[in-house]
Parts: sequence; structure tokens; C-alpha cells
Amino acid sequence: MGIFEAILLTVITAATPLVLAAIGELVTERSGVLNLGVEGMMVMGAACAFIATQQTGSPYVGILAGIASGALFSLLFGFLTLTLVTNQVATGLALTILGLGVSGMIGEAYVGQSGIKLPQIVFPVLSDIPFLGAILFRQDLIFYLSIALVAGVHWFLFRSRAGLKLRAVGDSHSSAHALGVNVIRTRYLAVMFGGACAGLAGAQLSLVYTPQWAENMSAGRGWIALALVVFASWRPWRIVAGGYLFGAVSISQLYAQAFGIGIPSQFLSALPYLATIVVLILISHNRRTTLINTPAALGKSFVPDR
Amino acid sequence: MPVEGEPANSSLLTVGQLTKLFGTFAACDGINLDIRPGEIHALLGENGAGKSTLVKMLFGVLAPSSGEIVWQGQPVRIASPSAARKLGIGMVFQHFSLFEALTVAENIALSMDPGVSLSKIAKEASDLSHAYGLPLDPHAHVADLSVGERQRIEIVRALLQNPKLIILDEPTSVLTPQEADRLFETLNKLKAEGRSVLYISHRLEEVQRICDRATVLRHGKVTGACDPRKETPSSLARMMVGSDVAHVSAEGTSAKGAVKLEANHLSASARTPFAVSLKNICLKVHAGEVLAIAGVAGNGQGELFDALSGEYPVASDDVIRISDKPVGTRGINARRLMGAGFVPEERHGHAAVSALSLSDNLILARSQSDRRAFLGGGFLGLIRQDAVKMAAKRISAAMDVRKSGENPPAGSLSGGNLQKFIVGRELDRQPTVLVVNQPTWGVDAGAASRIRQALVDLAKSGSAVLVISQDLDEIFEVATEIAVISEGKLSDIYPASELSREKIGLLMGGMYGKTETAETTHAH
Repeated sequence: MGIFEAILLTVITAATPLVLAAIGELVTERSGVLNLGVEGMMVMGAACAFIATQQTGSPYVGILAGIASGALFSLLFGFLTLTLVTNQVATGLALTILGLGVSGMIGEAYVGQSGIKLPQIVFPVLSDIPFLGAILFRQDLIFYLSIALVAGVHWFLFRSRAGLKLRAVGDSHSSAHALGVNVIRTRYLAVMFGGACAGLAGAQLSLVYTPQWAENMSAGRGWIALALVVFASWRPWRIVAGGYLFGAVSISQLYAQAFGIGIPSQFLSALPYLATIVVLILISHNRRTTLINTPAALGKSFVPDR
Repeated sequence: MPVEGEPANSSLLTVGQLTKLFGTFAACDGINLDIRPGEIHALLGENGAGKSTLVKMLFGVLAPSSGEIVWQGQPVRIASPSAARKLGIGMVFQHFSLFEALTVAENIALSMDPGVSLSKIAKEASDLSHAYGLPLDPHAHVADLSVGERQRIEIVRALLQNPKLIILDEPTSVLTPQEADRLFETLNKLKAEGRSVLYISHRLEEVQRICDRATVLRHGKVTGACDPRKETPSSLARMMVGSDVAHVSAEGTSAKGAVKLEANHLSASARTPFAVSLKNICLKVHAGEVLAIAGVAGNGQGELFDALSGEYPVASDDVIRISDKPVGTRGINARRLMGAGFVPEERHGHAAVSALSLSDNLILARSQSDRRAFLGGGFLGLIRQDAVKMAAKRISAAMDVRKSGENPPAGSLSGGNLQKFIVGRELDRQPTVLVVNQPTWGVDAGAASRIRQALVDLAKSGSAVLVISQDLDEIFEVATEIAVISEGKLSDIYPASELSREKIGLLMGGMYGKTETAETTHAH
């Protein structure tokens, strides 16, 4: 295996959790809800996936636990912001802080334990394709899921009637309500999908990326995922492009150090955010495409006036 | 409640003692109404009379507090808009419930049976819109469509459900007279097919023209049920307003003085994709003149106001002149200091901060222009609360502003009363130039006539007044000169006496009829 292949594989491993968390947050934001708690849901998913795997010995149970914990944690966010109509920004920040705290507490006994790595699933013929086979078809389940989820979300949002309703809710909740769309239920489902994806992203961290548990192991990836959604201007396939770009940047930090290239690592870790700012400036120049892609009701609470 | 001499089951829809309470306030109070098959039924009333609340209950958007709704002889509870649609009730909202980011077909699909494919919906919508004379491109993004086209989407969307009753909420308020004529033809087609129409309006001539029966609301109660064709406009107005509306007198506003406000080849590019760019606008307003700019919403009125007021200054000084001084690049306060006053269209959030008191709103607008009167403490700029409150009181008295307390928050006033205060805030300074955008939009008839009279009086006292309005009745009441704005271009300026409604309608559609050179256009 050449050095180039090895680098690509580490980029994929670094990019997958970003893509997963971002595609979930994209669906949440397309419904008009801004959940800043991605980091918290992700780290909860990482902790629960690791604990479940250690208890049962099966990383697949771990994946399910990660998904379930993320979804459950986002349900708390949904209840606060959608039912009790609290401020979405403040609640999301609180969710992140709570997630970091709770995961540290429940995972304390597991710190330092060596975990079980999620096995690779090798596709018989395809994996023998030179170069690409080893990169794309000798991966773990979570990688395959991440690509399938992006394709599925794209199809759902732009081809299905339910996806149309979800976009409508995100564009103007009062109009959607007037048309008989159940705004609150749609948003609950979108928030929980976002939570489940963030939980799965967390599971990838503690089962694939580094198969062990450490406090705060999400290490800011939730925030990068949030930036990624804006970077992708709420279009699913751009999440993949942006996710791999950001993944490559974070990996380049390691290689830059290893090869003694004199770029400060702080600069490299700031790059995703700088890139997001540049994209924000670019898309705000073309207001028409922004208005057609940006959910107009993003971050606004909905209270039906019945 | 059945109508006398008619068995109840001949009604399509009967409403009995329907009441809607918001807290202790009864928006609808014991409303009775019946609609027969194949009639166009008018629901008349001032803004705030409860018309919108009533139809929202009929369409399942709001739940009634008490009372009953009987549909084709069966008492029903309409829990949601989809339930209303299932019964056969379609609705075209005043403020469209459209999604700008979606296409026409996607917008329509949202209210349709999920089993139907998007391409089939697109085809049906296109066919139906052509059949009823309301052509539509199903694949266009709503964001790119005009207000009239957006309304067509709503109508086509309602018609695709094959409804027995179609509710239209103030449908002509956003249309040119020609577009309105087209809509009336469509409504007559619907009536001929045996469908009923509930037509909500406060425009009496329309109601008399197309409606078979009318129910009049005031303060949430039914104040009359009649055949509008047998009534006179003034008898209908009395039922709506409860008293005779003062007539605005524009007598004696013919004297012309020097040019006080001038725009020379004013052009401005659109700031947002949904804004209109201004194209080479030339106008002059003389002292003693009321120039009214007519036009359908969204043709550059807001942009013109922004440029004239200095909210968004233009690139060159010479393009806009106030009292013959170039001010194009100056901001709003600099222009105010030169004796100009401005009243924007949006009352809440633009002309006034809803949560702040009237006196605070007064100081916000006039802190620079009346610095000496309202601010003290030298450079500290401390607010002289007593002086400001006195001025707020003076304005309230002058404009007959009815309010709940001494100095209540702006948001607690009704639209008409707040508008009177906002216009009065500028009039109080005796501005030499006043620019007003939609001065009586959504204001009740009493307050509207008060505001219009004040504008006419200001011009009489020697100021130049520019009124941007969509309301042709208002324009003919106050204007000495009229121009029409269409797609960011201003027509020639005509003396008000030379223009008819039809002519204005043609100008609104961008049809200028004759071409004149700039010299003859702007010579008075």
C-alpha cells in the first residue's frame, strides 16, 4: 500500500464523522431548526457506543447505542425548543455543554480501556479494483452508511413529498401550517434525525477513528460539522465535498508535523472555519441562490395561534 | 341561522353565533352568515372588523371559541385546513401562503393528495390556469414571480381541489384594475359552474359590481346583510364604519411655488434579488403640490422611498435635490435637517419600534432634527423627557390619536391610531417636503380620511408633498399631480384632473400610450 493510499484512507476516516453529523444537521436546519448541540450529541454518541460495545462485545450493538443516544439527546432539545419554545441558540449551546459533561461522567470508568474496532466489510469483486478498491470497498459499515445517507437525504429532500413538506416548513412555518402541514411534528422528526446522525458520527469516533473512550473526544468536530452545513449552502452532495476537504485539512496537520513542514498546526485547525467564512462571503454576494437554498425560517420558533 | 322564507338546507354553508375570543377581546362576536350555492357573497368590513378571523375559522386555521358551522346541512367541526379542503372549501389568502424558495408546482403539490406525481400536478396546474384565463409556468420559482402571478398560484391551487366554496381574502388589493377585471371574469366563470365564492373586501365598487349578496361586519359583529346592488356606496359605508366618513377636501391646493423636491435621472440597482431597480426617474414636486405616485405593490415604490429619504443614499449628490440643494449622498438625518419629513410604509419595525413608548418613538425620529428642543446636557445628549412627552401629547391631540394610556407602547395602538401618530410626528415639524409611502395602508376609514386631510392641508400651507400609494381612491382624493411607477420606471406626471382610472391602469401595466420627450414631460 502506497503512502498516497494510506493518506487517503486516513482522510476518509477523518471526514466520515464530519459528513455524518453535517448531513443530519442539514436536515434539521432545512426544517427551520438550528441545533447548535451537535458537539454534545456527538460526544454522547461516542460514549454510549463505546460503553455498549464494551458491555456486549459487539460494535454493531455499539452503533445502535450511539444512534439511539444521539436521537434521545436531541429529543430533549426538541422538547425544549419546539414544545416549550425556548431559544434555539441558547438551548443548543446548553445541550453541547450538558453532553460533554454527561458523557465524561458515564464514561469515566472506561477511560483507558482498549476497545473493539469495527470490522471492515470487504466487497468481493469490487475490492480487487486497483487503488480504488482498497479505498472505497474495504471500509467499515459506518463509511458505507455515510454515503448512503447523503444519497438518501438528497432523494428525500428533492424527490419525495415528505421532503417537500420539510423544506416548506423550513421556508415559512406559518404558511406550511396554513396548508395543514404539522410543523411541530415535522421539526421533531428532523431534529431527531439530526441527533441520530450526530450519534452515529460519535460512534465512528469511538469505534473506528480511535477505538477507545476519552473525555471530550469529539474535539470540536461538531462545530466543524455546523460550519460544514453553511459551507455546503444546505445542499447534501456539497456536504461530502466539504467534509472531505475539511477532513483532509485536519489530517494535513498530522502530516505537516510528521514531515516537519513549518505550518503552525493552529493555522491548519482554523482553516475549516476560515473556509466557511470565505464561503459565507461568497454566497451572500449572490443573494438569489442564497434565498433559494437557505431555510428562511431557520432559528425561528413556531407557535400556532389557535 | 336560516334566512327568512328559505329552508336551511338550501344553504351551502351556514354559520351560527360564531365567536372567537383572543383573551377577553372578541374578534368575532356571534356572527351569523349563510352562503347559497352558486352565489358570490361579499363579506364587507373595515380592517380589524373580524373578516379575516371569521374566514380563518371557516378554513380551519383558527378554532372557534363557540358557535356552529353547518356545511350542506350537516354541523361540522373544521379542525384543520386539510379538513376544510376535504369538505370542499378552498381559500386564497390575502398574504399569500406561498414558499418563495419552491417552484409553482411544488407549492401546489404541498396542498394536494400525496399520491399525485409532481409532473402530473405541473401539467394539471398549467392546463387549469389556462382554462380559467390565469396562465402560469409551473416550473418557475415563486421568488421570481410578480404579486399578480403569485395570486394566480393560490387561485389555481384552490381550484385544483374542485371546491364548492372558494374564499378570497382582499384579492384585488394587489392587482392592477386590468388584472382585477380578469379576476372578476374568472369568478363569474366559477359562479356559472355552480360554485360559491365568499369575497372579502372593503372596496365598495367591486362588491357592487360582482357580488350577489353582502354581509357587513363591524367590530366583530354583523351590522347588515343586503343586496349590494340595491344599496348606495354611502349606505354600505355607513354599515361598515358606523358613521358617515368625513369627505377629504382638496379645494384650494392649486397654487404652485418653487420646486422643493426633485429627482434627476435617479437610477439605483436592486439591493436584493426580489427588489426592483429604479430606472432613470425624474420628478419635481413644487410647494403647494401633492404629487401622488400610483402603482401596484412591488414596482419600486419602496426603493424610490429609500432613495428619496436617504435611507439608502445614491451615488451622486445632484440626483436628488431638496429645496434646491443637492442631497443625493446625504443620509436621512441630513435631509431632515433641511426641513424634509419621511413616513415609511411599514408601521411596525420601520416607522416605529413596537415595544417602545410613543415619546421614545418620537425622540428616535427627531433626535437630530429637533436636537435643541429635545436634548440637553451639551454633548452628552441627555433626553429632555418632559419636552418629548409634551410634544407626543401635542401630536396625539392634533391628530386625534386614541390610546390606552398617557404614553403607551407603540405596539398597543391600533394600526390607524399608530399611523396617525407617525404622520403627526412629521407634520408637527411643519416640514417643507414630506414623502409618505402608503400613508393609509390597512388603516380604518376614519383615520384614513384624517390622515389624507392632513396631507392636503400641509400642501395648502405651502409644503411639497409626495404620496406613494396603491389606493386609487386615496390618490384621487389628495393628489394635484399623478404619476405611475411600473417596474422601477416612472411615467410622465399628469395633472390629477386629466387622468382617469382606466388611464392609470394602463400606465400601471407599463403601457405608456404615447411617448413624450423629457422636456415636455417635466414642464409644468
